[in-house]
Amino acid sequence: MPRFFMVVLSIATAFYAFAASPVSENPDLEKRVMALAEELRCLVCQNQTLADSHAALAIDLKNRIRELLREGKSEGEVLDFMVQRYGDFVLYRPPLRATTALLWGGPFILLGLGVTGWIAWLRRRKTTEAEGIS
Amino acid sequence: MNRRRFIPLALFGVTAAFLGAGLTLDPRELPSPLIGKKAPAFELPPLGAPDKRISANAFEGQVWILNVWASWCVSCREEHAALTTLARSGAAPVIGLNYKDEREQALAWLGRFGDPYTMSLHDREGRLGMDYGVYGVPETFVIDRKGVIRYKRVGILTPEIVRERILPLVKELQRA
Repeated sequence: MPRFFMVVLSIATAFYAFAASPVSENPDLEKRVMALAEELRCLVCQNQTLADSHAALAIDLKNRIRELLREGKSEGEVLDFMVQRYGDFVLYRPPLRATTALLWGGPFILLGLGVTGWIAWLRRRKTTEAEGIS
Repeated sequence: MNRRRFIPLALFGVTAAFLGAGLTLDPRELPSPLIGKKAPAFELPPLGAPDKRISANAFEGQVWILNVWASWCVSCREEHAALTTLARSGAAPVIGLNYKDEREQALAWLGRFGDPYTMSLHDREGRLGMDYGVYGVPETFVIDRKGVIRYKRVGILTPEIVRERILPLVKELQRA
């Protein structure tokens, strides 16, 4: 009986391997497509990357990326293509601009405020402790 | 010293204000980078005539409205009445962009609900839709005489939007 299961399992996995063959015959190209898709936001399901998404638009966009790369476009040109159409929002790493300055700088400002507050609190505690001892 | 008691309340107030403002924003409404830019060029067959080709400069010199729709798009049915009102007002030609749809189904949809469009272009593969940055059908664009996109709406048109945004904008652009 175990042997029977082994046979069934191996046949099943063999078919699975066949089904999971890569989309394109060119693995290098596919790697570049996926690398770009990781950088881009799916517009329909906004908290997923294009790479993660199976939405119709995400599939179209991935196909378009593949097409553009095949035409000899560079990574930068593909990203520009997307930004021209969908805006900076498609990029998971938004560029540093006047409108995104707070987004980039905000965490550091908050960190600064936190550290300042913490130091002030430590100082005060020291003085009150000292007072308590004396 | 007593004032310090209000710090948590103040922090709460600020957080609540930010979160409250966040609630009023629609995350689906993205600023379109296409506003103020030239409308993408195209050459597509009209829905009713597969052999013909219509290009973007067919509409040059006039203000026109582009409405992206599909027979599979449920919300398109919802905006159909408002869109029909807009088209019937005769303010500007309303061109349909039939997006990722089958010709027969699209024509059947128009037959069933009524055809408000001056003409519908058939973008079966959704390539022109991509050029227009379409990500949620229905979408509506207002394009001026020079072929520059002046307004974009993602989502359904309501009678209010037609009355208060689109019609005044079309009039203004026609005067310019």
